[in-house]
Amino acid sequence: MIDLYGRGWQMLEGGLVTVQLCLTVLPFMIVIGLLGASAKLSRYRTLRVIGESYTVLIRGIPELLVILLIYFGGTIAVQSLAELISGEETRVDIPAFWSGVAALALVQGAFASEVFRAAMQSIPIGQIEAATACGMSPMQIFMRIKLPQLWRFALPGLNNLFQVLIKDTALISVVGVEEIMRKAAIGAGTEKAPFTFYLVAMLMFLAFTTVSLLVFNYLEKRAARGVARA
Amino acid sequence: MFEDFIYVLGKYDTWLWRGFLLTIELLVISVTLGTLLAIPLAVARVSKKVWIQALPFAFIYVFRGTPLIGQLFMMYYGVGQLIANIDGIQDHWTWVYLRDPYWYCLLTFVLNTAAYVAEIMRGGIQNVPNGELEAARACGMSPWITYRRIIFPRMWQMIWPAYTNDVIFTLKATSLASTVTMMELTGAARKIVARTALPYEAFISAGVIYLIIVYTLTFGFKGIERYLRRSEQRKEPKTGKAKAASA
Repeated sequence: MIDLYGRGWQMLEGGLVTVQLCLTVLPFMIVIGLLGASAKLSRYRTLRVIGESYTVLIRGIPELLVILLIYFGGTIAVQSLAELISGEETRVDIPAFWSGVAALALVQGAFASEVFRAAMQSIPIGQIEAATACGMSPMQIFMRIKLPQLWRFALPGLNNLFQVLIKDTALISVVGVEEIMRKAAIGAGTEKAPFTFYLVAMLMFLAFTTVSLLVFNYLEKRAARGVARA
Repeated sequence: MFEDFIYVLGKYDTWLWRGFLLTIELLVISVTLGTLLAIPLAVARVSKKVWIQALPFAFIYVFRGTPLIGQLFMMYYGVGQLIANIDGIQDHWTWVYLRDPYWYCLLTFVLNTAAYVAEIMRGGIQNVPNGELEAARACGMSPWITYRRIIFPRMWQMIWPAYTNDVIFTLKATSLASTVTMMELTGAARKIVARTALPYEAFISAGVIYLIIVYTLTFGFKGIERYLRRSEQRKEPKTGKAKAASA
């Protein structure tokens, strides 16, 4: 049971890929989320419309469909772009890993932009006015006033999103990335023991989500250390 | 480019239509049964006795902490194989149902929805103001009547936005049925892609149908939310101003 028909290492490798996926998506998700939130709160109507329609579109489409669209459609798009530039027939393969990262960043970024928007609106307006009165530029206000506080207001939402992200990486197994679910499927098929392999896969995911929960709870406590409690 | 869209929609409209119907069917059954199952789970979860709340806690924790696709594979391939290994089961009359992915999908979606909704309900039940519970007790209401007349109506009012979010989540989750060969909307789109090699046209068509379902549902839910909050809304604007003035 423990060595899983000699495939225990395979499962651990899968676990490593899952962790890689999560940690690769995370920075993209945060950057897209910040950009999206800034667009939604922008003074310019066009940016607001773009920001809002991005969330509206992504919120209504299943993650799996986005992953499939980017995996199958992305290759064609990049290929025709390459042909347009080079002028000759070229063959491009986007690795499944990166098309998965792109899809998850796109999906999670939309939800993150909602989290950051709410967080930005929680920052007292008086502080922004004070910063403006001191002559700070919008960029300076963002870097010095908004960003440091954003962290605290956004953490509970990000905690939730990261949980969703961990679980959503399992969907990338559908396009063949060898993370936990894919490794489990391979093991289940070749060893004819689906129950055992999927059980192990689920326990691994449960361990990941639990660790993530504990880390975020710690960070939330830490981020609130300078705040007076009611 | 648009010719391809027209081609896909014209030639495979019955696939998409059947996929749409199956998606709606999975959604309605999962949400209805999931919600019914969530009520006892949530009530047990808020119990003060450890042995009553331990089991629902574990159930909710496991189902919320693992990916739905894993739960589905575990049911369909894992449990499915355990059942298939039972002696003589393949000649039994129930075998037709026991090998059909449809029932495994439904079971997984129902349990998954129940876990998420129970967690939302737990929050709602715990946020019912204590004064109202004391008042109910003072009026001599039994726990059962208190739940029926005070706690559940208050809970629905509070959890409605989160609950409707979860219905949307379940709708998107039904797309996973395509991974176990079900031909719901995503499954239909995948089959069209396999047939025509036109990924954009097929997936975007399916995506647009999902969007239409999601925003039709959202529109309906907003109407129900207004109904649930009908008692509050009338006062709100006035009291807000009066408070600001007196302060």
